[in-house]
Amino acid sequence: MVSALPPAVTPGNPGGVRGWVGHIVRTASSILEGLAVTLSWAFRRPYTIQYPDKVEVPVPETLPEAYRGILEVDLRLCTGCLQCEKTCPIQCISISIEKGEDAVRRLTRFDIDISRCMYCGLCSESCAFDALAHSNQFEAARQDISELTLHFVREPVPVARHKAGEAPPRRPRGEILREVLPGLGPVMSPPARDRRAGQGDPSSGEGKP
Amino acid sequence: MLRLIAQRLQSWLNLPGETGAVLPALAVMLGAALLAFVFIAFFAGPVTWWERRVAGRVMSRIGPNRVGPQGVLQWLADGLKSFLKEDIVPAAADRPLFLFAPYLFFGGYMATFVVLPFGAHLVATDLSVGLLYLIAISGLVVVGILMAGWGSNNKWALFGGIRSAAQLVSYEIPSAFSLLAVVLATGTLSMQGIVRAQGGWPWEWLLFRNPLLFGMFFVSFAASLAENNRTPFDLPEGESELVAGYHVEYSGMRFLWFMFAEWGNLWVIASLATVGFLGGWQIPGVRPEVIDQSTGWAFAGWQALSFLVFAGKASMLVLFAIQIRWTLPRLRVDQMMIVCWKYLVPLALLGSAGVLVLVALVPEGSPVDWFLRAVSLGLGLWLIIAYVRKARAAYLADREPYRRLEGKDPWYPPYRLP
Repeated sequence: MVSALPPAVTPGNPGGVRGWVGHIVRTASSILEGLAVTLSWAFRRPYTIQYPDKVEVPVPETLPEAYRGILEVDLRLCTGCLQCEKTCPIQCISISIEKGEDAVRRLTRFDIDISRCMYCGLCSESCAFDALAHSNQFEAARQDISELTLHFVREPVPVARHKAGEAPPRRPRGEILREVLPGLGPVMSPPARDRRAGQGDPSSGEGKP
Repeated sequence: MLRLIAQRLQSWLNLPGETGAVLPALAVMLGAALLAFVFIAFFAGPVTWWERRVAGRVMSRIGPNRVGPQGVLQWLADGLKSFLKEDIVPAAADRPLFLFAPYLFFGGYMATFVVLPFGAHLVATDLSVGLLYLIAISGLVVVGILMAGWGSNNKWALFGGIRSAAQLVSYEIPSAFSLLAVVLATGTLSMQGIVRAQGGWPWEWLLFRNPLLFGMFFVSFAASLAENNRTPFDLPEGESELVAGYHVEYSGMRFLWFMFAEWGNLWVIASLATVGFLGGWQIPGVRPEVIDQSTGWAFAGWQALSFLVFAGKASMLVLFAIQIRWTLPRLRVDQMMIVCWKYLVPLALLGSAGVLVLVALVPEGSPVDWFLRAVSLGLGLWLIIAYVRKARAAYLADREPYRRLEGKDPWYPPYRLP
């Protein structure tokens, strides 16, 4: 089979003994060249980012404005129109509203099961009051899946009845989520978290043990 | 009684010094025994981590860094994982062959430790035909590989086994002939004798004895890489063609034996080259007679120091072998045969004949001898300088584009841990 292959003569190689020596020189010099390249890589910065424990800036802060992270709802803005609940294709939002004796409609439940949410963004599109929106947070790994059902209503709150232009400004992205989902942030192995805690970097939260 | 035991030990081990100095002698003996028996275990494991770290940096990654500080315990985790895996024997396998092959494979490497010297007196036994023994016993490996390949009853495994047999048998020849040059230059087959014929300083090494031996070092190193199935000659494994070659059907601990031998083998390659060409355990500025005549704890201390020197040289060669693995692509089967029969065998033959002529004509210490040493030292220095300069040029060529792209300097030396 070997004889069927073209002879191992490179272009410009004279063949014969001179060609033989030429091949050896070529091989040796190209191996040296290759070793030099790999050696040079030992002195270059690796492209790998040591997520999550050695990132320069927390990853959520580097995400674009339109990033569809975990949903959060600002109850001061929610009018209880139920548009989001109706739009959701997988029914991961459940809202209950009760009318008390004082004839005020109160939100008694606003739950979002983010373990089922597919981040399609239809709910936040349909929210006319900008109450429901995607945050920039995504690091919510948990041991227990039930922890991923977010309960935004702690105690019944009256629905919003603002006039146009009088609504309070939305709170910063991710702030509400941090309240309803404790321990938001990258999940890290214990030694890595200790190392980070030692460096005193509280900006991106603690991992869940 | 104790005195008698001490005397017996001393005469048995052929240890110099007073009869009362049993403790240091015992320490040395224990050290040698530990080195010979468990060294491979404590070398093969961490070197897998080290290899993966080097590979990572070559590929602009970091490599394993999660298990333990900087990932140094990765090998324990890997070992534990393999340990807990099911040991599967294929239904159609040739059961006895399949089960026994890994041990024969491992045994072939382990047996080389009988003659590999770790230090001045740290050696299991100094056979007068040590080198011959080493070349012969490493042929046992091919039996293990063939047994694994045949016994698996798998076409990939069989291909791997056959390739390996062809490769080992072919590369034994340049390997043996290039080591023959060493034997011709030193006049002995004993491993300790070869080391003692050299000296501690680089110009006393066989590598820099004359330009022919300098060349023989590379022939020998390439041939032993091929003999031990290291890249670029790892055709028997050939992931892209044979999945894993001869050990494709193995799992669990049996697979681990193959891996163990493969990495432990790196040490065998490196220490063989160190003994043959790099002066072995010789400490610069210390004659071996000084070590022989020392007694008590000084004796043990010299052993430790000589082991450190030896391990240092061998580790550099291990690093070199690892770097070669991540630099060169795998050869084709026909290329592998061409490299052996058309290049390495003639080179080894010519080289050993040339060394024979030089040894016969040039007496040691004559002006011509010193001239040859100077030439080969110059050759070595030139090679290192060219290597570093080329590496620097490769780095500098990419520095500015990297800065423009990333906005920071690419400088990240190996000692800076990620």
